[in-house]
Amino acid sequence: MKNIRNFSIIAHIDHGKSTLADRLIQLTGMVDERNFKDQILDNMDIERERGITIKSQAIALPYHARDGEEYVLNLIDTPGHVDFSYEVSRSLASCEGVLLLIDAAQGVQAQTIANLYLAMENNLEIIPVINKIDLATADVERVVEQIDSELGLDPFSCLKCSAKEGIGIEEILEAIVKRIPPPKGDPEGPLAALIFDAQYDSFRGTVIHCRVFDGTVKNGDIIRLMSNQATYKVEEVGRFLLAREKRDKISAGEVGYIFASVKTVSDVHIGDTITLDGRPCDKPLPGFKEFKPVVFSSIYPIAPEDYEDLAVALEKYKLNDAAFVYQKDSSIALGQGFRCGFLGLLHLEIVQERVEREYDLSIILSVPSVRYRFTLKDGSVEFVDNPAHYPDPSIIEKGEEPYIRATLLMPERYLGAVMKLCMEKRGVNSKLNYLSPGRVELTYEMPLADVIYDFYDRFKSITQGYGSFDYELLDYRESNLVLVDILVNGEKVDALSQVVNRDQARPRALHACERLKEEIPRQMFKIAIQGAIGGEIIARTTISPFRKDVTAKCYGGDITRKRKLLEKQKKGKKRMKTIGSVSIPQSAFLAVLKTNTDD
Amino acid sequence: MNSEKIPGLYIHIPFCISKCHYCDFYSSTYVSAVPNFLNAVFKEMEMYRNRFDVFDTLYIGGGTPSLLSPKQLKDILTSVQKNFGLMADSEVTVETNPADLDQSPLESMRQMGINRINIGIQSFDEKVLGFLGRRHSAKQALSAIEASRKAGFENIGVDLIYGVPGQEMDSWLDTLKRAVAFSPEHLSCYQLTLGAETPLGIRYQAEEFLMPGEELQYEFFIKTSEFLEDAGYIHYEVSNFARGMQYASRHNQKYWDHSPYLGLGPSAHSFQSNRRWRNHRSLDQYLVAVNAGNLPVEETETLTMEQLRLEAVYLGLRTKRGVNFEDFKNRYQYDLFTEKREMLNRLLEEGFISIQDGRLSPTQAGLAVADSLALI
Repeated sequence: MKNIRNFSIIAHIDHGKSTLADRLIQLTGMVDERNFKDQILDNMDIERERGITIKSQAIALPYHARDGEEYVLNLIDTPGHVDFSYEVSRSLASCEGVLLLIDAAQGVQAQTIANLYLAMENNLEIIPVINKIDLATADVERVVEQIDSELGLDPFSCLKCSAKEGIGIEEILEAIVKRIPPPKGDPEGPLAALIFDAQYDSFRGTVIHCRVFDGTVKNGDIIRLMSNQATYKVEEVGRFLLAREKRDKISAGEVGYIFASVKTVSDVHIGDTITLDGRPCDKPLPGFKEFKPVVFSSIYPIAPEDYEDLAVALEKYKLNDAAFVYQKDSSIALGQGFRCGFLGLLHLEIVQERVEREYDLSIILSVPSVRYRFTLKDGSVEFVDNPAHYPDPSIIEKGEEPYIRATLLMPERYLGAVMKLCMEKRGVNSKLNYLSPGRVELTYEMPLADVIYDFYDRFKSITQGYGSFDYELLDYRESNLVLVDILVNGEKVDALSQVVNRDQARPRALHACERLKEEIPRQMFKIAIQGAIGGEIIARTTISPFRKDVTAKCYGGDITRKRKLLEKQKKGKKRMKTIGSVSIPQSAFLAVLKTNTDD
Repeated sequence: MNSEKIPGLYIHIPFCISKCHYCDFYSSTYVSAVPNFLNAVFKEMEMYRNRFDVFDTLYIGGGTPSLLSPKQLKDILTSVQKNFGLMADSEVTVETNPADLDQSPLESMRQMGINRINIGIQSFDEKVLGFLGRRHSAKQALSAIEASRKAGFENIGVDLIYGVPGQEMDSWLDTLKRAVAFSPEHLSCYQLTLGAETPLGIRYQAEEFLMPGEELQYEFFIKTSEFLEDAGYIHYEVSNFARGMQYASRHNQKYWDHSPYLGLGPSAHSFQSNRRWRNHRSLDQYLVAVNAGNLPVEETETLTMEQLRLEAVYLGLRTKRGVNFEDFKNRYQYDLFTEKREMLNRLLEEGFISIQDGRLSPTQAGLAVADSLALI
């Protein structure tokens, strides 16, 4: 155990986390130059494109240190978005130390601090690493000073490297060995292993990623998941190299995987504790939380005949995403579909992209909603996460909506603008806390609905990326709720309906109308877009028709060219939904929730 | 499939003395290659003599066919007669540049059996002519029309361009007025369209000038239509007007109703039953192929019924004649009237189409958005 080190790399976005991970993998000889595929840990297309890590990954790096000893360095990668902050916290809970990576040109940023706090909460050894020292704009002196003054860390403890150029990598490996403590724990004690990730393998079922704190797990053991008492027989254990490597057992201090005929990833819960059925540990490891979807939206196929394919796609997708929940649903405007629950808007967008890309389906998502609570006049209580199921207003006694506590970290100079945004978002009970000179922590209680509605984009934009944001659910609070419908050429598009606080109904409806006006291409006909509460029109826009589009010449060679263009347009039209003879592009449905400044 | 329809013949003369700034037709300024080229065209005709019989339209286009000598034009006609034959009442058109139209060649043309002359006037506004890079003046344009009449042409077509950057509506209406004063039998009024590779297209992309916006384009389109209809012309296709349907270009109509046609010369297109093919665009490749005894065809496509249907709708809806539901059903095995009833009602309501005597036709507003009508 003394030759094991478990660590993560944490950093603000684009500070070079994946590049450094690749370098460590390369330097420990896991891959040769020829097979070195950039950024091995971020291995999903979407992750590459967005430049963020969504699912955690782990890899064991064998390292021959200068002290002559052989070490196993377990690198546990972490996702980098607030929707997945719980997953990050569980990954960090599996480590003894972190590399806190800071860009030499950009210096300490919001997520640097947010990540530092997460690491401190988990009592981890923190090694500050200044990256990109080769850049012409690098200002290492300034960053060292920030490490002292803003992070409160020992400035002499920091390392300097250029992951891109491969400078200073060995010093990092040495520091991991010397400064991060080896794991503690009793290999002979009752098994206590923390699940920090689970992935679906189409041949073997679910592969559980875990960190063993005490005890040992081996083939044939009967394990018990402590949150639901489910038991499974272990079929294989091992550790992560570039591929999985089978071993006889994994013991206290080690990071590895377990196969145990677990059918889907939904059967295991990240943060849960694995123990042995025959010899359970006293209590589960701390920090476990159930996944709770907070954002809901319906997914429909654009072509009704794709419904069955969509059903298959979601079923397969679900195998690998425990946080995603869904059930059958139908819409008057969009036909048969599925009501789905997500951890947040980013999670929703990821599901959308993956279903489209990996299953080649064109889908539409309805306007996302939170879950509201209605008390009806007969005293019964109804939860509604789908505006289509909004109760008849005449029988509602009271409506309530979920509130969260938002924690916002930012440089002091943005405080005024952020407070204004929070107030606009109906934030209450604010608290202000000075972390260090020039840096503040602001907390607000806010309706979740307002947070999913363009809050994150605007906060990022106001703080120019220097702000970080986290939230936790609080409770339900009474609210004057109304249902706002959107009509296109007089036809209600139920997938665009939203439940909102009455005070916001008019601006929201107008915003939706205007966004639709931007997203729906002009057509031959005039298109009227209206927002309404019941029979009352509260907002309206019109898309004027175009009047001239005809090509001047159409002789010999023009005919084929023109036909090919029309064929392409017809295909494009199939990717739109026709409602009231208006072709509405997919993008329009999500655009309603976004501000116009972010595209 | 359309054995009852008589095909048309198009011959592309790919030479110009100078290239106009907006033109994206294939042409070369290497005029000394004309004799070689004509020999190749005669060979190409021989290659098709068993696949095509008699034609009832011949259209010699370009390029600038009027830079051929009367003798060269005559040789073409003779070769067509020898290889295929032309029906007695054939429409025989030559495209011309006003700068080339002196009295004597015009008279020779008329005598050899050319009965329709199309003159590329484009504008009577010198500023516009300069911008477009035409090699003739407004004055030459005027005298070309006069000379054509004097030479005995009873079917004169005039090509004009509108929507030129900086062109005022008044300047355009003035050009129309001056054209109509000669009572040409046919007018083609094209909105300026800039191919990306043309000199004007390149300048446009470099943001040297603005093109008229859609509202202004629409205004040009409608004013043109109204002006010419008032002057007694029938707006029978998006860009074409005839002083009576007997003067509508018989050759061009073949493109729009899926009649067969044979195109000879570089970049020419042909269509027969459900196949369309295209010759090599470059003169060199064309000459190499023909001289090696091969058809100079670069690409052939066989159209599916669905593709034919799509073409028939969008080509039909570019013409005042429109689409006959019964004919459409027989030829393309699709009942447009029943299948698209809801959409047609909507279009009818909005005034884009009319439905009369089993025929679907675009209105004037419909013609202006014919590209979208095609997507019904």
